[in-house]
Order: sequence, then structure tokens, then C-alpha cells
Amino acid sequence: MEAEEKKAKEKRVKVPRQKMPEQDPKVRIHNFDEVPFGYTEEIAITEAKRCIQCKEPGCIEGCPVEVNIPAFVRLITEGNFIEAGRTIKETNSLPAVCGRVCPQEDQCEKVCVLGKKWEPVAIGRLERFAADYEREKGQVSIPEWATPIGKKVAVVGAGPSGLTIAGDLVKLGYEVTIFEALHKAGGVLVYGIPEFRLPKRIVEAEVDYVRKMGVKIETNAVIGRVKTVDELFAEGFAAVYLGVGAGAPVFMNIQGENLSGIYSANEYLTRSNLMKAYLFPEYDTPIVRGKNCAVIGGGNVAMDSVRTALRLGAENAYIIYRRTEVEMPARIEEVHHAKEEGVQFKLLTNPVEYLGDENGWVRGMRCQRMELGEPDESGRRRPVPIEGSEYVVDVDTVVVAVGTMANPIVPATTPGLETNRRGYIITKDETGKTSREGIYAGGDIVTGSATVILAMGAGKKAARAIHEYLSSG
Amino acid sequence: MNRIVEKIDLSENVVEMVIEAAAIAKKRRAGQFIVLRIDEKGERIPLTIVDSDTERGTITIIFQVVGKTTAALAALKAGNFVTDVQGPLGNPTEIENFGHVVCVGGGVGVGVIYPLAVALKKAGNKVTSIIGARTKDLLILEEEMKNASDKLLVATDDGSYGFHGFVSAVLQNLIDAKEKIDRVFAIGPVPMMRVICNVTRPYGIKTIVSLNPIMVDATGMCGACRVSVGGQTRFTCVDGPEFDGHDVDFDLLTSRLRMYLSQEKEAMERYRCAHGG
Repeated sequence: MEAEEKKAKEKRVKVPRQKMPEQDPKVRIHNFDEVPFGYTEEIAITEAKRCIQCKEPGCIEGCPVEVNIPAFVRLITEGNFIEAGRTIKETNSLPAVCGRVCPQEDQCEKVCVLGKKWEPVAIGRLERFAADYEREKGQVSIPEWATPIGKKVAVVGAGPSGLTIAGDLVKLGYEVTIFEALHKAGGVLVYGIPEFRLPKRIVEAEVDYVRKMGVKIETNAVIGRVKTVDELFAEGFAAVYLGVGAGAPVFMNIQGENLSGIYSANEYLTRSNLMKAYLFPEYDTPIVRGKNCAVIGGGNVAMDSVRTALRLGAENAYIIYRRTEVEMPARIEEVHHAKEEGVQFKLLTNPVEYLGDENGWVRGMRCQRMELGEPDESGRRRPVPIEGSEYVVDVDTVVVAVGTMANPIVPATTPGLETNRRGYIITKDETGKTSREGIYAGGDIVTGSATVILAMGAGKKAARAIHEYLSSG
Repeated sequence: MNRIVEKIDLSENVVEMVIEAAAIAKKRRAGQFIVLRIDEKGERIPLTIVDSDTERGTITIIFQVVGKTTAALAALKAGNFVTDVQGPLGNPTEIENFGHVVCVGGGVGVGVIYPLAVALKKAGNKVTSIIGARTKDLLILEEEMKNASDKLLVATDDGSYGFHGFVSAVLQNLIDAKEKIDRVFAIGPVPMMRVICNVTRPYGIKTIVSLNPIMVDATGMCGACRVSVGGQTRFTCVDGPEFDGHDVDFDLLTSRLRMYLSQEKEAMERYRCAHGG
């Protein structure tokens, strides 16, 4: 009997990892619809059955928000899709988001035992499936939460970190208000990640879920301007969580960088995603539809920008990156999608100057070829310019996606809140405790730009810490 | 949603609106602005706060109809709502007793300089104001500026009222008359601010200008509003909106303001067609 079971297991794991059907690249570069269609019920069950239900599952530990992965995967094998979705939501308020944008290959799937010999279980795709199923069937249920304990917590920023901590604290019985600077909640999920990777209706549904759990969200509320953190305390909030993100764009400070037609990735993506500029003139916010668009950088934000440029009608869309594909921080899947769509990769290349026309509009960029030298502090081989290798690339639009810095508004208006020399908030430990009593921080404003799931993990840890802080004394 | 409480047509193309925004009214200081969005499909546009009333919980804005969004805003009436008002944004004006200050306002910029004149007067300065417009009918806030200033000088480009010529010539006359001027605040169209800075530069009179580049989020996130000041890239929304005018690269400001000219035209034409203009 045991031998038979073992045989069946062997057979199961040898089933190949199930692919997700997706839009044809030739079609999808002309629309902003989501690229992958998601698993069907049959594919989801086949994939879920590959999971061998480890007794000591590493995947849970690999997940920053500790989703009970084996449990929800097992529920999928049983066809109990609704319960699977709800199981994820016990620890993760944004599963449809995470199932789409988490770098699972570096987290849960990285430690999946199947990955050692074959391919890991497609946990992310299954998460997406379960969350979508629950939502699409209109079966989203609001969990029961503790009785109100009469204490108020303020959360600054309605991004992944803020939404997570708010959801967790409200479940514990706190009265939670999120203050969001923009007119829409979601942070990077609404302004940064494009529709073709994360449809906004899905973000809206998950934000709505957080609201239905009882979290109040005040939009257009720029903390530090309309109210300071200290004023929040004066209003009766017992603790404040800062999840304001690393919003300020970084430029390279090279000649001509302020020419018209040169965007920061934040602006380019905000216009397109939050303001729906790709639907101009139906929507009022314009965006430049360049013919030759260069995106500087090799991260996910660069891939999002370059794929947006293609969809806005660019004939040539380039990624300009100073190292090689190996060092690119973008997810492999995103690089792959970009290539399929016809993005041209100019690697080991760095812009040194932008050239403008008589109207102050960018018409070209002088680039320098690079080679890889010795490894630097990051462990990656340092790009070294090759003398005399400069050449000009014709461009009419450029998107600079080389990173972000800390936004100064909250630290500048919160006396005693310690920041490091780069402006990020210093936390004492991983609970997000700052130098000021009752103030916690997490997400990109602490770590610098990272991933949605790490920001959510930080929110989760801070929720526990704030609960502990407010329960003692 | 914010309710429009009052709407006054100040001139053919210039509108004053009083909008409910209690938290902003309570907090705002001279020099700060808001970002407003009319409806779900609307743009986010920055507008300077001209005045506020903490009792009524309202703020006052003055804007000129220049494109689709301002035209649509001007078409709204008292009792209507706008979808979003975010603010107060930007740094307040540095207000001190400088001595003798000259406040120069051109066109709709008079609305922007008015709260500065009030605050500067309150801080003990001797305030001389110079306001101007293309023609008499376009001149706004004359009475208010008179009350806020020790002396008010008016100029019109066509000579239909006050001094015949530009506000810069009036300022030059003051300087030529050996008036001691400790600081100049100049707000108006970019060419006007540039000329005022050229007038004061040889005399080393510190001149503060309020810049109006294109913005999106207005909280330091997008970098649309970048300007070059003293050779450094600055973000107008978090580093400004006021800067030392002698250091501002006005050419760059001008060219970046033209970035969406063709789209703005298209949007305006569509709006006119749809609204029988």
C-alpha cells in the first residue's frame, strides 16, 4: 500500500508545471488588457495535484506574509476553490495582487522541494486562480474580527504595506484610518504597475475588501502637509504606521535630462496607469506617444515602462541597461514578456548625454558602451565604460527608471524621527519600531524600493508589534 | 467630493471660486497650492490658494481659462462639486519683516500674489504692489491689493488704465527713483517673471518667483515639475513653488510648459465641439 502511494506521488510530481495561457504578443502590444489569462479549473487542479504536501513545508516560511500554502493548494485539488481563496485571506488581504506581481521564484517557489529535482509548484498562479475564483463568483466573505477595543491607529499610505497592516489591525479590533496622498488607494499598485500586468479592477476589489473589513481610507490626505504625524497623535491616534513608499524619482544628473520628452518612470507610469493617459482624449491626462522610446534601467519598473511605450505605439522601444541580462533585477518572466513583444535590449550601454532640438525636445541620446569589471559591494560585476565607444541613439521619448529615493515630506515634518543619510526612515528592528515612540514604519520608506510582498511582510510584522505596544500598558 | 460655494467671474477668462475644504483652509499658508480634479476622467491640475475662511471651512482659488480642464471648471456653478481637492501643497512663502517689499503680479498671477501681500504686510513690511494686465477689463483684485498694500501701482499693456506699459517698467521706475527695495516677489506669466528678474538682477535685489510647471502627483513622486535652479534640478512641488528668480532657468520652464501643446489643443477643440463653443 505504502509503495503504491509512493508510486502515485512520483507519477504526480513528474507532471510538468502547468503553463498559464496568455495573449498572443502580436495582439497584446496593441492593447492594455492583462497578458496571462489565468488557469482554468482543470489546469489549476492538475497543477495543485503536483504538490506533495510536505510535512514541514518550506514554502510557508518562504512567504513574507506566511500564507498556508499547502492547505490552500490541497483545497484546490479537492475542487474547493472558494475555501482555498479564503484560506489565503487568513493571512493575506491582497491575494489576487500577490498572485500576479509577487516574485514567487525568489520566495515560496524557490524553496519548494519539487524545484530541487523538477519544477516547483506554480504557487503564484494557483494563488491568483483561487483569489480570482472567489471574487468572480461573488463569494468574497468578510472575516469576523475581534470586538472593538476602542483604540485608534493611523496608517500613512494606502500601498501594499499600509493596506496589509490596516487589515491585520482591524481584525484585532482596532479602529484604523489610512491616509492616502493621492485620490485613489493602492499606492504603487494603482500608479505604478500597468493594467496589462495588474488590472486596476482587481486592485479596486481588494482595496474594497479592506474597506469592508472596517478600515477607513481618507484619500487626498497628504500627511506632513494637511496634518502632521504629531497632529494625528493629538487627534487621538494611539500609534502611527508610516508606509509612505520610496516615491521620489532618481535622475542620473546628466546633460539634457530635463528636456521635454524625458520622463521619470514614476511620471510615465502614473500618467498611464492612475490617470489613464493611454485612453486620452477620453481621459484628460495626456502622455507622449513616442516613435522611438528608450527606457533606462533593468528592473521591473523599466520593463513596465518599455512595454507601456510599445502599447502607446512606439515603433522602437529600447531597454538601455549598463550591465548584462544576468545582472538585470527584473523578473525573468517580465524580461521574457518584453522580448516576446519586440522590445530591443541594448545591454552594456549607458546614456551620457541627451541631445535636444530647437524646441527643447529630446531627439537623441549619446550612449557609451560598457564592459564588466570586478564585482562591487553588491557582488555584481561593476560596469566600466569603454573609452571612445560613444554613439548616438535616435529617440523622441525617454523614461528614466533607475530607481527611487525617499520622499521627504513626512520625515521633514516629524521631529525626532530618525532617517539615514539617504532619507529612509531608520527602524530599530524588523517590527518597524522607529526612534519615536508609537511611530512604526515599513515598506519602501525603510528598505528603499523593493517588492510588493516585502512591503506587505513589513506591514504584517508591524501590526503584531503595534498590537503588543498598545496591549501593554 | 468638494462643494463649490461661490463662483464669481472676475473678467472674461478669469474665475474666482470658493470651495469647501475645511482641513486645507485650517492649515494653508500664503504661497501654497492645491491639486484639483474635476471628475473621474479629469486631470490633476495645480492651483494656488488665494484665500481661506476657517469658519466656513472654505478656500478661494482664482484661475484663468487656458485649456479644457479650466474651461470645464469655469462651467461649474455654485452648488456643484469637484471630485478631489488635495492640499495644501508646496512650501509656504518665507514671510519675515524684510523692510520694503515690492509685490509684482501680472494677469491671473495677481490672485497668487495677493495672499503674499497680505502676509507680508501683517509681518510689518512696507508693501508696494504693482499689478498689471493686458487691458483694464482683465485686471483683477485691484481693491483687495490696494487694501493689502501701502502703495498700489497699476499698469496695463494697452494703456487703458493706469501706467501704459508693463509692470517691469513700473518697477524700473521705482528703482530709478532710488526707492530702497529689500525684496521683490514676482508672480505672473513666465515672460513677466523673467523680465522682472532681469530688472532686479543688476541691483542685487533678491527676487522671489512662484513657478507653475506641469504637475501630476504634486507630492514629490513623479518629477514632472522639475525645474533647473542654480544649475540644480529641483522639484517645484516639494522644493518650491517659490525660488530665487535670479537662479531659475526660464528657458527650460518655458519649453517644458509646452510639452503637451498639441494634446491640449486637441482636448480643447473636442471640449468646444461638445459644448457648442
